Amino acid sequence: MEHTLTTKSHTGDRPRPAKNYLTEEKGIWSWMTTVDHKRIGVMYLVGVLSAFFVGGMFALLVRLTLLTPSHKLFGRVLIDAQTYNRVFTLHGAIMVFLFIIPSVPAALGNFVMPLMLGAKDVAFPRLNLASFYLWVTGAVMAVLSMIFGAVDTGWTFYTPYSTTTDGAVTLMTMAVFVLGFSSIFTGINFVATVHKLRAPGMGWFDMPLFVWGIYATAIIQVLATPVLGITLALLALERVFSIGIFDPKLGGDPVLFQHFFWFYSHPAVYIMILPGMAIISELIPTFSRKTMFGYRAVAYSSVSLALLSFIVWGHHMFVAGQSQLATVIFSALTFLVAIPSGVKMFNWLGTMYKGNISLETPMLYAISFLLLFAIGGLTGIFLGTLSTDVHLTDTYFVVAHFHYVMMGGTVIAFIGGLHYWWPKMTGRMYNERIGQIGCIIVFIGFNMTFLTQFFMGSKGMPRRYYNYLDQYQALHAFSTVGSWVIGLGLFMTAANLLASLRKPYDAPDNPWGGTTLEWQTSSPPITHNFEDQPVLEKAPYDYRPEPVAH
Amino acid sequence: MEQQFDTSKIGMWLFLATEVLLFGGLFVGFGLMQARYPQEFIEAHEHLQRPLGSLNTVVLLISSFTMVMAVQAAQRSQKKKLIVFLLLTILCACIFLGVKYFEYSHKFEEHLLPPRWYHAQPGDTVHDPSTGGISHGYGTFFAFYFMMTGLHGFHILVGIILLSWLVVRANRGEFSKNYFTPVDLVGLYWHLVDMIWIYLFPLFYLIK
Amino acid sequence: MLPPQGSAYAAEVDTMYMALFWLSVVLFLGIAVAAIGFAWRYRYKPGRVTPHQTHNTMLEIVWTVIPLLLCVGIFFWGLHGWMEYAVAPGEAMEVQIVAKKWIWQFEYPDGTRTVNEIHVPVNKPVRFVMTSEDVIHDFFVPDMRVKHDIVPGRYTEVWFTPTVLGVHHVTCAEYCGKGHSDMQAKLSVDTDAQYANFMETGGTEWEDYKNNPAAWGKLQYERKGCSTCHSIDGTRITGGGPSWKGIWGKMEEMNDGKKVLVDQDYVTESMMYPQAKIVKGFEPIMPTFQGLLRSHEQQGLIAFIKSLGNDPKGGPPAPTMLSLPPKAQPGQTQAQPGQTQAQPGQAPAQGQK
Repeated sequence: MEHTLTTKSHTGDRPRPAKNYLTEEKGIWSWMTTVDHKRIGVMYLVGVLSAFFVGGMFALLVRLTLLTPSHKLFGRVLIDAQTYNRVFTLHGAIMVFLFIIPSVPAALGNFVMPLMLGAKDVAFPRLNLASFYLWVTGAVMAVLSMIFGAVDTGWTFYTPYSTTTDGAVTLMTMAVFVLGFSSIFTGINFVATVHKLRAPGMGWFDMPLFVWGIYATAIIQVLATPVLGITLALLALERVFSIGIFDPKLGGDPVLFQHFFWFYSHPAVYIMILPGMAIISELIPTFSRKTMFGYRAVAYSSVSLALLSFIVWGHHMFVAGQSQLATVIFSALTFLVAIPSGVKMFNWLGTMYKGNISLETPMLYAISFLLLFAIGGLTGIFLGTLSTDVHLTDTYFVVAHFHYVMMGGTVIAFIGGLHYWWPKMTGRMYNERIGQIGCIIVFIGFNMTFLTQFFMGSKGMPRRYYNYLDQYQALHAFSTVGSWVIGLGLFMTAANLLASLRKPYDAPDNPWGGTTLEWQTSSPPITHNFEDQPVLEKAPYDYRPEPVAH
Repeated sequence: MEQQFDTSKIGMWLFLATEVLLFGGLFVGFGLMQARYPQEFIEAHEHLQRPLGSLNTVVLLISSFTMVMAVQAAQRSQKKKLIVFLLLTILCACIFLGVKYFEYSHKFEEHLLPPRWYHAQPGDTVHDPSTGGISHGYGTFFAFYFMMTGLHGFHILVGIILLSWLVVRANRGEFSKNYFTPVDLVGLYWHLVDMIWIYLFPLFYLIK
Repeated sequence: MLPPQGSAYAAEVDTMYMALFWLSVVLFLGIAVAAIGFAWRYRYKPGRVTPHQTHNTMLEIVWTVIPLLLCVGIFFWGLHGWMEYAVAPGEAMEVQIVAKKWIWQFEYPDGTRTVNEIHVPVNKPVRFVMTSEDVIHDFFVPDMRVKHDIVPGRYTEVWFTPTVLGVHHVTCAEYCGKGHSDMQAKLSVDTDAQYANFMETGGTEWEDYKNNPAAWGKLQYERKGCSTCHSIDGTRITGGGPSWKGIWGKMEEMNDGKKVLVDQDYVTESMMYPQAKIVKGFEPIMPTFQGLLRSHEQQGLIAFIKSLGNDPKGGPPAPTMLSLPPKAQPGQTQAQPGQTQAQPGQAPAQGQK
């Protein structure tokens, strides 16, 4: 295909197809029984964004409760301590299991990856639909658990508190168990897809970096999630049948639960960040109109992060009672795992250097990611360092750190990717100005909310606290106001995207001048993605000018 | 078609990897508990019925053999043989579950159960210093016994369902040397389930 | 940015923290300047061709190796600080903590117990040996920069040497339920004189029993070892001493034939000089409790013994309220036989805490 440089609005020569994947089949039933990866991606998108909304509402409630030490709003106590404990638990559990883990792979990955590979669909389309229904089942179970007593254990479910407290702990952990299988099946699907369904001519090192990121994520999904499954099953069995593996009164070891739990949950955070990084690796070359600097290094770093992520879980347990030797070893390994992330950061900056950079909404989100993930990653060093971790762990410092990497990292990248692929998925262009303003508002609000929390934690403010000493009031209040600013920015962004759906199709095939295969088909794509099987003729991110075709 | 077959195989191997990790967690837990309660675990495992366990091992090994024969029959488009071997595999699986039923009944009768319901047996020598009662190690052994053989038994049950589905499809003539992927994949699954038992059996019944 | 430093170790941790802080500031500024700077300097111009830079091996090696070396350095520096935290010195005073939802129970080596409050002498290392009665808690003292989880079913440890006098905050740092954010304690770092005074009065627990000395006495009966040898139901413990049931006000026969009234003086003498009088039929094996029982603990025991049944004909009333003794004069020891603590005209004890 021809490829020009000034591709700010490249309409392409092809007329818009009469029917696309959205319109070819109509009716609810066609959606509910679809095996089209694009439709499944869209359904996932609706699902995870709904979960994000619910989790976000809980977050706003948490922050609102902490606005003053008395927890009062307009003279009335907002919620009591027990309810607060449930609210922060649900915020965490919903965000982690219902939103972030599936978000990029299942919503964006499902849609974009087969297109990027030049494939018609994923390797196992029916398994893909099954994954989605498992997600729905897990979501329903989670909602039921909220109705039937809710959970107040924290999203980490530490024993023996979680085996002895009342509430719908068993139901919630079983919901997560089901969600785990959704994640596992997606992982299996994606690994097989990448191995087997690449377009002719596309070797491993011709794949877009987004695919590398999703692939590395899928490996973790396959290997780590079963351990979460068995851990939660053991927790449920302990609650119901008093098995005695975690309960000291029955001869068990509470710290064992933590080992099992973090053996999954540390790799899980890489399930969260790798796809986010994968998106950034698409956005930066495209909007810099320059080839990705250090493609191989970035590809290798994705896979090495996936593998290294399995050997650092003990850094969540430096003061938990694990052996001193284990503590030292985990700290050392944690520093090792910091390196590939740093490498990516430099490669992205190297890509921007001497680029031709425009600042559309996706690129603003990408730059936000660079700044916010930098802070998140650097504060991780404080936590990997043994002497400082002892003081900072279990305080707001940790809360701030993980929000910077998960929200400032993954969520920001996700929203950037959503804007980037929005024209492809929906055939419409969103309003650019509002998109950019929304990004800036979210960026400001995010820092207001969470930068503050580093200082709170350093001063000694523990996490998961309903009551707090008066000395923290100003910081808490500032953080709460920040949460409102985030809410405003996200609301604007959501409204902007949704408003675009009322327009007729106006998106060209390749609005951004991207070089990867998804931009070679129409926006929105036809049901089987490409008219003819695409054959890869050159590597991705190649912005060298073509000689004009004759 | 070849690409599809290869792809499916990758998918199944990946799934098997997840199963290994699922059971792996339990094996690790068992190992840790054994290190904590060595004497109790030795004494507790005497209460398991070795003859029945051995019988089950033999039955599963036979079923793996019949499964291999079934896959071969499918590869050679031998419909009748395929169905016979699938049925034999199912039969072995049912015998396995039947024997399990007897084993479990025995455990329930003798109160060889997780710590909350465990009754001390003659030959249990270790006591819990803080309560004076029998050590929790015995009950913990049986907790793991039930969890691991139970999870394994669940996988056998799922296998029976999958094998039955294969019988139905084979009867309809859906498999031949051009297409026998489902038989192959269920075969892989079955071998994994058998292999897990090969680890479970000595771990619980034999090791001192 | 950080809490006040309560120990020399805190100062070391802060140095590490500030080093990391400035390093992070520098690195972040570098990244931010690069990202925003490039976005500005290389902003979009139509027609501009970008260079096709796929990689630069030397540069990539440099920016991998330098962070790696930095990380190694930081790791060892952190390890060095942590090792000091991880190993308590041999001469550290051991204090036991039993945490439960949602209170802190401290116990000193001599058996003194306090709740939600702990006193330690300044400049002396103290080691906390901790366990929980229910769920996982965490002992966090921000001023000392130390914390460690408290796990049920086992013991964990944390130690520090406080160098700054005054009250420091202790807070639970592992989520433990409804009262998690209310689980606070006060760590009072005292001068030696203040600390000695505190140990004399024995903590705060006794104040809860001020109006119920018999209940306080029962606790001492259980904690100080009296129950090992003296029953309270009339039975004789083999190898032990006389049961306390019904002895108050009795005329007891000693092994030399003399009869002695069981009153406050006699009981006090038995605690301090147990060999002075031996009840007939028993062996002279009771150890002395000199220095092991504070005055309010003795008062409590006496009240408790009386409460186990008394001969209406006998002896003076037992104490009805616990109090501290007047300050000891130089040369005077605290517990002398014959020293009475009777309080005039007090109403009998009502109810209990």
